[in-house]
Amino acid sequence: MSGQDKIGPALAAEILAEFEKDWRKELRRAVPVKERIKIARRPMPQRTAAERSLDFAEVNLGLSAEEAVAEARRCLDCAKPGCIAGCPVRIDIPTFVKLVEKGEFAAAAAKVREANSLPAVCGRVCPQETQCEETCHLRKATGVPVAIGNLERFVSDIERTRGGAVVPSLPPPTGHKVAVVGAGPAGLTVAGELARAGHRVTIFEALHDAGGVLVYGIPEFRLPKSILVAEVDYLERLGVELRLSFIVGRTATLDDLRADGYEAVFIGSGAGLPNFMKVPGENLVGVYSANEYLTRVNLMRAYDFPRYDTPVFPGRRAAVIGGGNVAMDSVRTARRLGAERALIIYRRSRVEMPARVEEVHHAEEEGIEFHFLTVPTRYIGDAHGRLEAMECLRMELGEPDASGRRRPVPVPGSEFITEVDLVVVAIGQSPNPLIPQTTPGLSVGKWGTIDVDWATMATSLPGVYAGGDIVRGGATVILAMGDARTAAAAIDRRLRNGSGG
Amino acid sequence: MPRVVRRERLVPNIHLLEVEAPEIARKCRPGQFVMVMPDARGERIPLTIADWDRDRGTVVSVFMAVGTTTRKLALLEAGDTVPIFAGPLGLPSEIGSVGTVLCAGGCFGIAAIHPLARAFKAAGNRVIVLVDVKAHYLLYWRDKLESVADELIVSSRDGLTGDTDYVPRHVRDILGRGRIDRVVAVGCTYLMSSIAEATRPSGVKTVVSLNPIMVDGTGMCGACRVTVDGRTKFACVDGPDFDGHLVDWVELYARRRSYFDDEIRSLCAWEEERFP
Repeated sequence: MSGQDKIGPALAAEILAEFEKDWRKELRRAVPVKERIKIARRPMPQRTAAERSLDFAEVNLGLSAEEAVAEARRCLDCAKPGCIAGCPVRIDIPTFVKLVEKGEFAAAAAKVREANSLPAVCGRVCPQETQCEETCHLRKATGVPVAIGNLERFVSDIERTRGGAVVPSLPPPTGHKVAVVGAGPAGLTVAGELARAGHRVTIFEALHDAGGVLVYGIPEFRLPKSILVAEVDYLERLGVELRLSFIVGRTATLDDLRADGYEAVFIGSGAGLPNFMKVPGENLVGVYSANEYLTRVNLMRAYDFPRYDTPVFPGRRAAVIGGGNVAMDSVRTARRLGAERALIIYRRSRVEMPARVEEVHHAEEEGIEFHFLTVPTRYIGDAHGRLEAMECLRMELGEPDASGRRRPVPVPGSEFITEVDLVVVAIGQSPNPLIPQTTPGLSVGKWGTIDVDWATMATSLPGVYAGGDIVRGGATVILAMGDARTAAAAIDRRLRNGSGG
Repeated sequence: MPRVVRRERLVPNIHLLEVEAPEIARKCRPGQFVMVMPDARGERIPLTIADWDRDRGTVVSVFMAVGTTTRKLALLEAGDTVPIFAGPLGLPSEIGSVGTVLCAGGCFGIAAIHPLARAFKAAGNRVIVLVDVKAHYLLYWRDKLESVADELIVSSRDGLTGDTDYVPRHVRDILGRGRIDRVVAVGCTYLMSSIAEATRPSGVKTVVSLNPIMVDGTGMCGACRVTVDGRTKFACVDGPDFDGHLVDWVELYARRRSYFDDEIRSLCAWEEERFP
């Protein structure tokens, strides 16, 4: 549905030209395919579960240079690679991987950065197993794909620790002004692409730190904030201006921005409205939305209370409702804040869980208990309105639903009560309505998402584009970034020609 | 970062904060609030906008120094900066020409009620302002309120304003004296709920400006959820104004007290650090 399901002819030609360079031929000759496929995948080094579940430091440690070169040697350097088509932002994966094999890490990082403004982020949080690594031909041959994500992380970490990304020589300023709403993955990507094209970009962010879900949602143990700070710093060095604590729709409307001379606007305001199940007791003290729980801990640093002023309930027996990555982040956070028992309550079975396999695996190692085919039906409070227990119902799988997954149906009479003092509801978000509500003429779909032309990400208003969760309703960081690249290209065309959709 | 233009103690424990925020000053309307964070390690809290100066580009808030955040704010001086002063948030109050409006405020709400009274007056209403203070010396902004009110009633419990009554009794008296078409109340939860109870028998529409705990203030977290007419609402985007007769006050009290112990811990830790 993104309008970029296939690699276009221009990109295919570029990739082929790189493939045919002499150094690539030499590398291919140096190690034959039959030896490459025998090399075992290098596992991601990580801290032990016992150690890491007591703190918020990063779980994965990253590959060493030797491990990275060995891993890169596994790549067969296919003439028609599968990996690029699996990447929403179309990184020239074989070229960067082969640069790693040659030991040219800085060049590899620069190659990734041509297509990806947030490589250190994507190397950590992308679901590579369902994207580039799923379509990797080595996976088809041996079942074990090249660890592309780990290599992306490796080259961007090297780049950062060796003085940071080098700002490319920028074209002369075009004099065009672009407003970007929201400093999340989509907004940061659009800003980076357009700044590199010579446009003047201002990002308007409602919160007081840039990053969107990367700063309020994804915990430190998966994505350290210092990485995001470095990426935002790079954007500022590209000339991007950041206006924090600026709520488009309230501090100024989208029309105000256009009246202020912004010729194009990109809306990447995200899915900022938490869903609840509307079961009794959901407003008891001790029941959080995942957004609130994670924002308190990540953005406001409640894990360091009272040095930081924002508190959060530690929870002795914590239950997280949901089976996605946000649920995994929440339950592992509860564990780190001292929960003796930390449960996942998910209404379907293990195979339907949308969370990444790696996150589920890490959660299991950390002692998280998984309760499948279970839904909460009511929360029970004490005389002071504080949560003390929850009633759940068992489910069984029935016929497949619209998503193709078997629909869970209640088992009559299977209710049971379990003691909990913290519940985090992580069943998804809806698009934030603030901009649609305050922008006349902006066409919105029935779930509150902004309607776009998927080929350009143009909205119903001329010069206004949108991407990420505000158009998708709830997706991934990398899909938001793919939208952003499409939109940036269309905005650039529009500014240069006065058209472009 | 937004710069403090003025910070002034109005009466014991109640302070005024005026901050340079030209965009907010240009846009804000009565009933809206700002999110404020006093320093880099602080907490984000909502403060009702009490006044603004569009020409100078400044916004005024009045608050009571209670916990860590408000004590930090009370130590700010002109020229200091705050990391966050964001808004205007929430839906503006519905101001119409309805007849006679009773505007009731207490604590920080004495200031917050002022722009509402002014707007109702400008919309052609007869405006009665009722303010609640524990003692006469806690009254502030009398002149400003008198300038927009047809009648100003001060309820204080120390007898020195010629009165020892509680606000609900005043509300009932006022309702008994003549027709009231709208009641609006701003202040602590206790003040608002007791006014809503006082007007409930008469059925006069009573609008309250709720102040639950918030984190982002833009609808993203849901910390501020309140039950109104049996349905969950987010005070930050669906409010902060709601029909006081439909609010689940018991739930709101409980949620306001969510972090009572932590607030004490936080204050003790900050005092030890700040005043060793």
